[in-house]
Amino acid sequence: MRATIESITGRYMRLDYKGREHRIYFEEAGQGIPLVCLHTAGSDGRQFRGILNDPRITRDYRVIAFDLPWHGKSSPPVGWQDGDYQLTSADYTDIILTVCRALELDRPVAMGCSIGGRIALHLAMEHAEEFRAIVGLQSSAHVHPYYDTTWLHHPDVHGGEVCAAIAAGLVGPNAPDAHRWETVWHYMQGGPGIFKGDLYFYKVDGDIRHRLSEIDTSRCPLYLLTGEYDYSCSPADTLETAACIPGATVSIMPGLGHFPMSEDPEGFIAHLLPVLSEIAHR
Amino acid sequence: MMPRPDVLSLPELVNANERLVHRGRFLTAVMRLDIGAEAYLISIDHGRIAEVRKGPFVMPSWTFGLSCPADALARFWQPLPPPGFHDLFALLRRGDLTLSGNLQPFMANLLYIKDVMASLRSPKETA
Repeated sequence: MRATIESITGRYMRLDYKGREHRIYFEEAGQGIPLVCLHTAGSDGRQFRGILNDPRITRDYRVIAFDLPWHGKSSPPVGWQDGDYQLTSADYTDIILTVCRALELDRPVAMGCSIGGRIALHLAMEHAEEFRAIVGLQSSAHVHPYYDTTWLHHPDVHGGEVCAAIAAGLVGPNAPDAHRWETVWHYMQGGPGIFKGDLYFYKVDGDIRHRLSEIDTSRCPLYLLTGEYDYSCSPADTLETAACIPGATVSIMPGLGHFPMSEDPEGFIAHLLPVLSEIAHR
Repeated sequence: MMPRPDVLSLPELVNANERLVHRGRFLTAVMRLDIGAEAYLISIDHGRIAEVRKGPFVMPSWTFGLSCPADALARFWQPLPPPGFHDLFALLRRGDLTLSGNLQPFMANLLYIKDVMASLRSPKETA
């Protein structure tokens, strides 16, 4: 029997965050410039498996993907049963900075997708000095609710099945089947109400349309990459966002959907490599 | 006007797909489909399409309904739909698709219903 052992290392860290001890899972591979990867709503760091496994990236970058609390292999905090999960801009920013500081990362690059692409804009606006560059995937300043998220956490609907059905549609039509269904599987595994709780940030609390002009790309370069087939954050949404941020670099990725790094790692990395090269040579 | 498939062929297309029928095995309902001014009642029995009737109807009863302009659905049914048209929720996001009725069985069987609708799509041409 032959097996291939990937070069990804997974570890847990325990840290105090919001006055409670958290147990956070993170994976990493490579060496060099820290590249912190932020997964989409209701999923986890496995979405970045293609990035973590690509020697063209890990040669120059220390790629780190952590699971947000309540997601993937990160636990919810002690006492979670006494409240509902709801992600806010402040908490999301805080956990990212906390993890970066705990790992003693020196001005990392932050790359986030969807909610991660939204918080990337918040980071660029409020914490530019702490990051070498920001890469927003499927990044927009706001998304109007277009379906009732109550159904994502409802006793009459299977949470894993409905979250998967929502996510499945956001994958581009030409994504390789193996990666499409891996991406969907992550959504099937989310905890009850977690996707919905993340969407509170995405559709309600995280709206920064009125503050985009505060982003100064001379302090921290901003790259926005969006898949052509995404209808949650459409190319038009990203272009509209970028138009309000002088100096932002935009790329629309043909054929890709809402989860570029997970639904088609090879296709996405072709778009990412020039960006990472440019950041490394700045 | 873009060509579009015959909704009356749904029983043949869906019932031949064992995996799809299995996915819908807990769904027994009547789905109303309005394509522009054309109406259909699609009877689903444990994931199998038992019957498709084409309107007009007098006092129809149905469980949940999907309504969409004909042109938007014609794009959805293209072998490779253009961006914004490749999924039912893409049509919902555009404001083209309207949902009505009891949405609990619709949401509980969302992947099944998406695939039932997509089964009318012509296969992609292979090189």
